[in-house]
Amino acid sequence: MSLLSIIYLFASVTFILGLKMLSHPLTARRGNLVAAAGMTAAIFGTIFLYRDETGHPTGNFAWIFGGLIIGSIIGTVIARRVKMTAMPEMVSLFNGMGGACAALISMVEFNHMAKAASVVPQLSPAELMQAAELAEPSVGKMLIILLGLIIGSVSFAGSMIAFGKLNGSIKDFSFKGQQTFNIVLLTLLVLLAGYLLVNAGSFNYTVFYVLFALSILYGVFFVLPIGGADMPVVISLLNSFTGVAAACGGFLYDNQVMLTGGILVGAAGTLLTILMCKAMNRSLWNVLLGAFGGGAAAAQSEQGGAYKEINLNDAAVVMSYASKVMIVPGYGLAVAQAQHVCHELEKLLEEKGVDVKYAIHPVAGRMPGHMNVLLAEADVDYERLLEMEQANEEFKSCDVVLILGANDVVNPAAKTDSASPIYGMPILEVEQSKLVIVNKRSMKPGYAGIENMLFFQPKTSMLFGDAKGVLQKIVTEIKAL
Amino acid sequence: MDKIIEAISAHEQIIFIVILMIFVGIEVIGRVPSVLHTPLMSGANAIHGVVIIGAIIVMGKAETDNYPALVLGFLAVVLGTLNVVGGFVVTDRMLEMFKKKKK
Repeated sequence: MSLLSIIYLFASVTFILGLKMLSHPLTARRGNLVAAAGMTAAIFGTIFLYRDETGHPTGNFAWIFGGLIIGSIIGTVIARRVKMTAMPEMVSLFNGMGGACAALISMVEFNHMAKAASVVPQLSPAELMQAAELAEPSVGKMLIILLGLIIGSVSFAGSMIAFGKLNGSIKDFSFKGQQTFNIVLLTLLVLLAGYLLVNAGSFNYTVFYVLFALSILYGVFFVLPIGGADMPVVISLLNSFTGVAAACGGFLYDNQVMLTGGILVGAAGTLLTILMCKAMNRSLWNVLLGAFGGGAAAAQSEQGGAYKEINLNDAAVVMSYASKVMIVPGYGLAVAQAQHVCHELEKLLEEKGVDVKYAIHPVAGRMPGHMNVLLAEADVDYERLLEMEQANEEFKSCDVVLILGANDVVNPAAKTDSASPIYGMPILEVEQSKLVIVNKRSMKPGYAGIENMLFFQPKTSMLFGDAKGVLQKIVTEIKAL
Repeated sequence: MDKIIEAISAHEQIIFIVILMIFVGIEVIGRVPSVLHTPLMSGANAIHGVVIIGAIIVMGKAETDNYPALVLGFLAVVLGTLNVVGGFVVTDRMLEMFKKKKK
């Protein structure tokens, strides 16, 4: 066992430990650093200790260190500057970089293999026989190269589209026959890859680059029709794709650390994707085919009828004189970046002796844990955040529930209406409290495209407007009381 | 059939690693509270940046006069580093929010 193998073993262990520690709030931050330390060791170990099959040490130090330094500076600057609300799109961007890296490696390796093969014909007959025997495993190698290229490119293109959708520069887009188009594209990918495999000896560059272009195209059209609010699920899926692409590199170079890191993320990412879908009571298939918005709108339930509004002053009064207020944050809060003013409201109410808690639905904001991160950024005490089960027990004793830009996660149809597309999804049972105030920008249905009967119940009052603006006005009102 | 068994025995070690890692990946994530899903996704994102190792290997063995390979490899190193460094820094920033507040 060489020193490099020991370093790789160490790095693999830090990845596993890191992920494990990331799963507990107290150790999470250290876990991230542990994994980062392992990665650093693996990178420098490879630079200085790696020997290829023929025993040559790593060369081109200037290029390598140049790339490392440039990448580190750009990466740190972007990651430090980004706003907390833009975290999901950052993850998507960096994920895309990893995918592109895997695709580029495949490209260079393809050229490398083609060059090595072009030398073979000048060999003697005996050596040719040997070369023919060696050609058998090269089909395996070709398969890995093609897989790395396809998965990496799809992950790169898909992540870029997801990034664009999250920051609003790319709109949802689909056309008639999109599904068929995607299937045709996928079939073409498989056929071309098959052609290259069968003719592994001929190294057809044109077919290889067409394959690359089609993979990019597929990545674009794979993500384009999926709704913007579903992007976190897509990013999580693409994250596991990139993991598999990295593992392909592990096969290619017989490199244990790439293999363990890649497969670990591939498996964990897939499970995380499924967990996210489960929390929304949808199948992954359903998310990917984008059937949610379209299909559900057709099954439109009866229009709700009358709702009543509450004015800012009344809202301020009810909350100041309540003994217990529960705040339910949702996507609207994240979009309006209202977390700081929300914390201000909470402090103000606490000073008046009101018990204020937050009820966090697992998929509030469509990104598990997103609300917690946002509220933590605004200095909200960790103890005040209740998970769904806890919150559901406490709603009974609440005087006021204030819903900030959440909709589907409080829709009672999930419990009562078996025809509803969200039927079966666990929800926050806000209607058990004495009064519900709903802040929304308009009466428009939420992401699922269905009416929310909660808004029409006698207990419920609507408070229209942007979450940040409304909260600021409430804070002013309370101060003036 | 013989060929398949031959291929499996040739890559025995790799196949062991792959299968065991799939189970480890699932086990490790299975007990995560949903609060930490976002940082966890980000952390996993940084870990698959291990693809940078491949980029370094490609770069390291490229002939010094083979410019296409050098340029592509260089690009791969830059992108891989972005993935690793950006991924870990973003995750750290998210988790910074979770630390206990001092009164």
